[in-house]
Amino acid sequence: MFYREAGQFKTSYAEYLQALPLREDKVGIAIWLLLAVFYVPFFGLPGLEYTFAMNAIMIPVLIFTITALGLNILVGYTGQISLGTGAFMGVGAYACYKLTTYFPDVNIILIILASGFVSAAVGALFGLPSLRIKGFYLVVATLAAQFFLEWCFIRVEWLYNYNPSGAIEVPQREVFGIVVTGAAASPATRYLVVLGILIFLTIIAGNLVRGRIGRSWMMIRDMDIAAELIGVRPLRAKLSAFAVSSYYCGVSGALMVFLWLGAAEVESFDVNHSFLYLFMVIFGGLGSITGSYMGAAFIWTFPILLKELGKRVFDIDSIIMENVSLVAIGMLIVFILIKEPHGLARLWQLGKQKLRIWPFAH
Amino acid sequence: MFKKLITGALSAAIALGASFTVVHAEDELFIPMLSYRTGPFGGNGTPFANGFHDYLAMLNARDGGVGGAKIVMEECETAYNAQKGVECYEATKGKGALVYNPLSTGITLQLIPKSPVDKIPVLQMGYGLSAAAMGETFPWTFAYPTSYWSQMSSILKYIDSNGGLKGKKIGFIYLDVGYGREPIPLLEKVAPEMGFELAMFPVAGKEMQAQSAQWLNVRKERPDWMIMWGWGAMNATAVKEAAKTRFPLDRFIGNWWSAAHADLVPVGEAGKGYIGANFSGIGTDFPALQDVMKYVVDAGNSQADPSTVGHVLYNRGLYNAVLVSEAIRAAQKITGKTVITGEDMRLGLENFVLDQARLAEIGLPGFTGDVKGDCKDHEGAGGVFLQQWNGSDWEKITDPIPPMTDVVQPLLAAAAEAYKADKPEWKGQVCK
Repeated sequence: MFYREAGQFKTSYAEYLQALPLREDKVGIAIWLLLAVFYVPFFGLPGLEYTFAMNAIMIPVLIFTITALGLNILVGYTGQISLGTGAFMGVGAYACYKLTTYFPDVNIILIILASGFVSAAVGALFGLPSLRIKGFYLVVATLAAQFFLEWCFIRVEWLYNYNPSGAIEVPQREVFGIVVTGAAASPATRYLVVLGILIFLTIIAGNLVRGRIGRSWMMIRDMDIAAELIGVRPLRAKLSAFAVSSYYCGVSGALMVFLWLGAAEVESFDVNHSFLYLFMVIFGGLGSITGSYMGAAFIWTFPILLKELGKRVFDIDSIIMENVSLVAIGMLIVFILIKEPHGLARLWQLGKQKLRIWPFAH
Repeated sequence: MFKKLITGALSAAIALGASFTVVHAEDELFIPMLSYRTGPFGGNGTPFANGFHDYLAMLNARDGGVGGAKIVMEECETAYNAQKGVECYEATKGKGALVYNPLSTGITLQLIPKSPVDKIPVLQMGYGLSAAAMGETFPWTFAYPTSYWSQMSSILKYIDSNGGLKGKKIGFIYLDVGYGREPIPLLEKVAPEMGFELAMFPVAGKEMQAQSAQWLNVRKERPDWMIMWGWGAMNATAVKEAAKTRFPLDRFIGNWWSAAHADLVPVGEAGKGYIGANFSGIGTDFPALQDVMKYVVDAGNSQADPSTVGHVLYNRGLYNAVLVSEAIRAAQKITGKTVITGEDMRLGLENFVLDQARLAEIGLPGFTGDVKGDCKDHEGAGGVFLQQWNGSDWEKITDPIPPMTDVVQPLLAAAAEAYKADKPEWKGQVCK
């Protein structure tokens, strides 16, 4: 009954090529957007305290969605696996910190978007080995990038302006008179900024992957030799994937520190976080924009909601719930990967299929 | 499969929504506990959390709370992870939190800018940002009883009085995170002034339990004394490695986070002679600790193993709770209210007096040095003493060693200036 293309005729090529061909999808996205823009910033999430919902759930989820989008471009669309995501986010964060301390008067949103380019350059540099090596060997190379960059974040004191505690602390910045970063920024402001950047980057990613560049990435992923024979240049395809992916990671890293955490040490960019982001992408669905959203939201909120559930309904200690959530998320990952290796995005696809014929079985 | 998932998610969401009621009764003081009993530092975080919890629980059981108001504690597990710490902060601050004790320098650094906005003070007892000792720059952050820099200066004083510092080589082995690097500016400043040479041995968090490379370097550099800023599994490993490389352990001094029972019990006899700093009494020979045993531990309301009560970290957690309860008392006295707010708590933290007479009154005679709340000085007078491991227990070997205030103060002032230099919006306070 729902999601039926029947009756929705395309009368021009432009209509045929649009990003969301189905009317239901358009309506669905519009509803989500309306909720995200007009409901969440004012009321938070139902059943949760407002600042908690904003600061501990919504803002990090949106930021990690950007990370997941970036990593999905690399892992899901181009098939180049990377364990350096945490460090690439760190590059963005430190770049943003350096830029905004050098140019305190420049609009912080522009600086955040610009710091992504530093991360993109570093990402492309560490993507160079991917031209020669594949699979496990590439994992090792990106892991080396992770450790090298972590080392830089500790050792190169210039990066954190010689702060004795080795942390970067976010200064207060205003955009058009509204405080955007620092502790005085309201959760709603920070949320809306992150949301705006996320929407902007999603549109770009969505169009990139269905365009020429995206197709060349997918060709490289599916069979690199064949792709080379039809004229895709691996150098350009792979490095552009690394650069675009790192750009997204860099922007999300800068957002993470400036609009969410407020201060960060190297610990926020360590390899455990890289694994977490990889889980988001795999869990959400490789090679899917929707999947990035779902994966980030699920991996981040599941332990938090589980903890809240334990506290409110069963009155269990937070320590026990912490361990329970560690076990549960591990088991869930294994379970989902066996039952549905294509992740949550695939489940959503199946759901749409079911809705299409519901309530009649045929 | 699909149907089950949907039903499961829906029922979880309903259960979560239905239980949304967090209302605190009248006459309650809400203290969030950002503790960690899991993760790489859980072994050290657990006794601290137990001590903190048990003292406040004892006050509830014995006196009905503080000043007639019951203390409500909510424990939130941070696993020593800064992101989880922020999550815990957000989850608890709306419930009328009076003060945060993050027990992690990383979490503290993130809470310092938030505290003036949310008007909830942060008490970083023996960790965190050293510069926070400057009360005029950091009105909402408190570093009682003393900061890392003061502690380091006390340790250097001890070395100076035991064979002198001039011409000696001091090795500094530290956990390579914000916490471990914190005293380096002080060391670098005083090394030329006091005429000693400095050798640094950083230990990355991942290598906590594999320090043979660092100790090989120690052997090469041959320092006369070693000072350690370690935490968690790093401590026991370092003492074991030091013993293995035959470094004289009575010339190896750990800071107050590197000298607990949790660290040295696994080393046992091999760690004999190792020295550590401390600022909270050892053992259970205090009336207050006897009360904790009677009202809380024996009553089965504690998570602590009775044999660990009175251990270094347990007593330090307890001392942290003492500071909190004394500040609450002071705040109640100033404002005349029973139930106070975070702002009142800040006043309490600036005005409480915990001298020897008061310590005796609350059942902790001689437990620690005097601490007095002050508007300008958010650090206190110190009270750092040294203790030595005798193979099975810690023994106090010195009286409190006052810090070198003349060296530390200008450094603290400079660091506080540097902190607000790139934050034009930062608001300090003016003290009378």
